[in-house]
Amino acid sequence: MSAPDLSGLKGQPLPQRPAFQRFLGSTAVSIAIYVAVMALIIYGSFTGAQNMGYNWQWHRVPQFLYSFTDDGFQLGEIVYGLFATIQLSATAFALATVLGLLVALLRLSGLVMGTAVSIGFLELIRNIPLLVLLYLFYYVLGPIFGFDRYWASILTLAVFHSALISEIFRAGINAVDKGQWEAAKSIGMTTGQTYRYIILPQSVRFMLPPMTGEAVHLIKSSAIVSVIAVAELTTIGRNIISDTFMSFEIWFTVAAVYMVVTLILSVGVSYLERRYAVDQ
Amino acid sequence: MTGASDPIIEVANLDKFYGDFHALKDVNLTVHQGEKMVICGPSGSGKSTLIRCFNGLEWHNSGRLVIDGVEVHEQSKDMRRLRQEVGMVFQQFNLFPHLTVLENLMIGPMKVRRQGRAQAEATARKYLDRVHIPEQADKYPAQLSGGQQQRVAIARSLCMETRIMLFDEPTSALDPEMINEVLDVMVELAQSGMTMVVVTHEMGFARKVADTMVFMEAGEIVEVSPPDRFFTNPSSERCRLFLDQILEH
Ligand SMILES: Nc1ncnc2c1ncn2[C@@H]1O[C@H](COP(=O)(O)OP(=O)(O)O)[C@@H](O)[C@H]1O
Ligand SMILES: [Mg+2]
Repeated sequence: MSAPDLSGLKGQPLPQRPAFQRFLGSTAVSIAIYVAVMALIIYGSFTGAQNMGYNWQWHRVPQFLYSFTDDGFQLGEIVYGLFATIQLSATAFALATVLGLLVALLRLSGLVMGTAVSIGFLELIRNIPLLVLLYLFYYVLGPIFGFDRYWASILTLAVFHSALISEIFRAGINAVDKGQWEAAKSIGMTTGQTYRYIILPQSVRFMLPPMTGEAVHLIKSSAIVSVIAVAELTTIGRNIISDTFMSFEIWFTVAAVYMVVTLILSVGVSYLERRYAVDQ
Repeated sequence: MTGASDPIIEVANLDKFYGDFHALKDVNLTVHQGEKMVICGPSGSGKSTLIRCFNGLEWHNSGRLVIDGVEVHEQSKDMRRLRQEVGMVFQQFNLFPHLTVLENLMIGPMKVRRQGRAQAEATARKYLDRVHIPEQADKYPAQLSGGQQQRVAIARSLCMETRIMLFDEPTSALDPEMINEVLDVMVELAQSGMTMVVVTHEMGFARKVADTMVFMEAGEIVEVSPPDRFFTNPSSERCRLFLDQILEH
């Protein structure tokens, strides 16, 4: 049981990666490559559209983002679509988190019934396409239980993502050292108290990155509810196009809006994560 | 030495299996109120398993275990009350890393014993004093040395006002220079009259505080005797060999 002998290495510089790899890995080069690739894509689509005889009308796009009228500054339709998307996604994500936690706890309960129910639920959700799930909620469950297209959308997204979120919870809970359970038990805590005060607060650290990924995933998959005409970003984009025929400009704009929102979310959470890490 | 008083832990014909593996074999043992018992024996002999049965971290398969008048078994409704009476100090400390030292000490009294914050904090500070680290109250466990962490763990158990304290090799994970600060606290605790069951190979500590020495091997209790006889003239050859081995160092 002796530690490896490291004394010979003391004071030596750390081995460095080869110069070429270091060059490729540097920030400036990364940005340059990124810009070059983006320029190529944009140039390609513009010349492609030009060859199709597409009539670019970018000057007509800003009015859908904001405008100045007699009443002053006004937000445009796309921004309202974005608000609707955020509201829809936030509600669905909150529900998905609660449902995911319940499924994870059921799975970890050690009860045969609990494990069976949660595995059954996970397999069911995992093996139905999101679009079919949406149709099920809208055309079948909606009329039966009396909820409208908006709630059908929220429930679909919540149920679909709860399956993945429950796995994140399960991994996060299992990542906490089992000594924590023993310590909590030995001061007389119940299972519920142990989860609430000891285990879950520590799991958050493990769960934050995958949960962010899941939130981004949910915002993107929320676009699918446009097929049942729920008013959100994608639906509004489609409506604008049917009025203006500017499909290239509007789809580029809508894509950029999704990207900006999900990037802000990712950057915001990684900032939080760093703050949180310093606190411990 | 504490005189023989009421038994507080009674173990009779206890057997414990992990699958097919027979981890505890027909264990019989009595611990009296205020008694200090030190258990030693080779690694894998079942010492941890035995004391983990005492606070329901493991369940025995047959035999009887009665602690403070409560019959211990998996379905027992009194287990949670019992755990509040029986504290445990672990080899790996197992402090709550997301809570400050003070919060580590207060969470049990507040959530389990339903004490108010002010009372819990007063108790916590009292016991931090007792383990000689009042100045560390607002730090996180990761900011403390191993010896300090283990003393916080002892204080955490004390805050529950437990009547029995179990120690599972409390100094085995510590750097040598920190062992004594923890043992000193345990000696003081012993002098205060606490009932203690300590798994350790620190024989200096054992000589100082033990009323009873226990030697285990392969899931069986081989020897139970007072320390003077245990160290000078143990009745079993296996115990003698084991002592020779660890006392060489
Ligand atoms: N959870 C478990 N599952 C299976 N075997 C175990 C488990 N815990 C302990 N054991 C086995 O039981 C025996 C006694 O272990 P333990 O009580 O930890 O010994 P000690 O504390 O004396 O070193 C060992 O052989 C160990 O491998
Ligand atoms: Mg052990």
